[in-house]
Amino acid sequence: MEIFSNLALGFDIAFSPFTLMLAVIGCFLGTIIGALPGLGPSNGVAIMIPLTFTLGLDATAALVLLTSIYYGAMYGGRISSILLNIPGDEPALMTTLDGYPMAKQGRAGDALVISGVASFVGALLATIGLAFLAPMLSRIAYQFGPAEYFALYLLAFSTLGGISSNNQAKAALASCFGLMIAMIGLDPNSGMPRLTGGNLHLMDGVDFLVAIVGLFAVSEVFFFIESHGKSGALGVKLDKVTVPWRDLWDTKWTMLRSSVLGFIAGVLPGAGASLGSFLTYMMEKSIAGDKGGFGKGAVKGVAAPEAGNNAAAGGALVPMLTLGVPGSGTTAVLLAVLMTLNITPGPTLFTDRPDVVWGLIASLLISNFVLLAMNVPMVKIFVKILQVPPAVLMPGVTMISFVGIYSLTGSYFDLLLVVAFGVMGYVLRKLDIPTVPVIMGILLGNAMEKSLRDAMVLSDGDWSYLFGSSISTGLIIAAALGFIAPIFLRRFMTKPQGVAD
Amino acid sequence: MTRLTDRIFGLVTILVALVYIMSAMQIQASFLSDPVGSKTFPIIVALVAVICGGVMVLRPDAEPDWPEGYTLLSIGISVALLIGYSYALKPIGFLIPTAIVAGAISYQISPRPRFAALSGIGLSIGLFVLFKFILGLGLTGLPKGMGF
Repeated sequence: MEIFSNLALGFDIAFSPFTLMLAVIGCFLGTIIGALPGLGPSNGVAIMIPLTFTLGLDATAALVLLTSIYYGAMYGGRISSILLNIPGDEPALMTTLDGYPMAKQGRAGDALVISGVASFVGALLATIGLAFLAPMLSRIAYQFGPAEYFALYLLAFSTLGGISSNNQAKAALASCFGLMIAMIGLDPNSGMPRLTGGNLHLMDGVDFLVAIVGLFAVSEVFFFIESHGKSGALGVKLDKVTVPWRDLWDTKWTMLRSSVLGFIAGVLPGAGASLGSFLTYMMEKSIAGDKGGFGKGAVKGVAAPEAGNNAAAGGALVPMLTLGVPGSGTTAVLLAVLMTLNITPGPTLFTDRPDVVWGLIASLLISNFVLLAMNVPMVKIFVKILQVPPAVLMPGVTMISFVGIYSLTGSYFDLLLVVAFGVMGYVLRKLDIPTVPVIMGILLGNAMEKSLRDAMVLSDGDWSYLFGSSISTGLIIAAALGFIAPIFLRRFMTKPQGVAD
Repeated sequence: MTRLTDRIFGLVTILVALVYIMSAMQIQASFLSDPVGSKTFPIIVALVAVICGGVMVLRPDAEPDWPEGYTLLSIGISVALLIGYSYALKPIGFLIPTAIVAGAISYQISPRPRFAALSGIGLSIGLFVLFKFILGLGLTGLPKGMGF
């Protein structure tokens, strides 16, 4: 079996003391970041990227560090969801629905352990799924020409808004903003400047790290100023944490089902972790029926979305690594990491840089066990973190973001752009316009345009070439359906809006 | 007319997209041209943005709750401070601007003057030690010629 020799190569890299240390540090930092109210995987990884680069780590090491932060933040997100009723980011919202009621009933410890184990099951199965599925998909991806890639980008953008926004026009608009910003700078084909307005600083284009830090981290600060940090009080008490074996045994099928469904949701380009936790919660709710007590502190209602969103987090790595199309906000951020490290994700990654891919997969497997150990017996340490007052935390986050960008680019102009993106993120989020598509647009805009232009060069300007193969036609149809379907489905699948105190 | 926010934002979007299209029209063509050229894709994207802006004008969502008076002012002040910080970081160094801006943001989140001043100074020194001596980033702490 080829996969075992590949994994052996991966473990060879992952078990070096240095990599192992990075994985443990990443897990620890990630759990803290996830647990802090207002910081989630996307903005957590976003502020860590510039710092990681200035440390001068090599590609594998940087990737291991940042992905273990990513996985850690996915685990940690449940802590603030359950104890504070504040989801760190979108996918964690579903965990608040039953986690917080459970905590209010005095079962905070049980909820934390169950969700920790569910996260472990979801993430572990998804990492195994990633190891099997990614090489297969990368073989299919070899048949992708420019037309197919263009169709794939179209699919990613049209499905991205599906669940993260209540309004398709706004989701599409966000993608357009991102793409419009991506076009600024030098035209990759001709080398001529375009849309810079004559500004020399814009000749290089807008760095996506600047946009990520501004939209995700700095805009959060404005929200905290608006709420005056009122939401940070610890509402429930956490006594001794014991392992509720019975509940764990009762939820075994829930966890397995949710992991599989979450993984599939994650693999779909554009859909991602939010869809994973949403679908799994809805699935378990309908299986349990009215007697399940969902929304009132059901154990399965905690296990399902946590297994689902962690599985989706792993699944989202599949399209990101094999096709270069991220499946969620945070994988978009990880794609930014790869691109900055000069690694082009895609089918060739598996043959050209097997050390990166398999080292990453192996260290994800290790991270999972580390995270289980950190998140079940040591969970009380992380609960302490919740008591950091926002009035210290948020200025700290701002300063770390600024220094990160500054030490990476050394330019005051980029810092001004960070502020501008922060304001933009605040306004967009106020208007219920999702920010993830903006990031995706900036990240993928040039690649998308290039695939379109390459396709047209091949066909000598014949636009019907985009429908030339069954793969591209299928992807374009899927994109159209993926964009239109949520408009009609929304009537039947309303998103629960969180529980009130 | 209710639901003004979405309508105004939709209109602004349409205007920005139209300006964008106009400037895309003026992109110089290169001698190395391909069938699509460097204008087409930006123009298509901006046209989609115009359509989306139109939908927002015609079918606006419910009004978001905008902060009022003092809160809006706080956010405005923070933005101004961050802009100032961007310009100050290079010539003045890390320590002084960071202490001021971090303290000010802390005060905006929770208006306790002593606590805010202490967090500003604490964050400034703590982060400087972390960045400079533990992570080894090339930061300057103080204005040129004053040590560090």
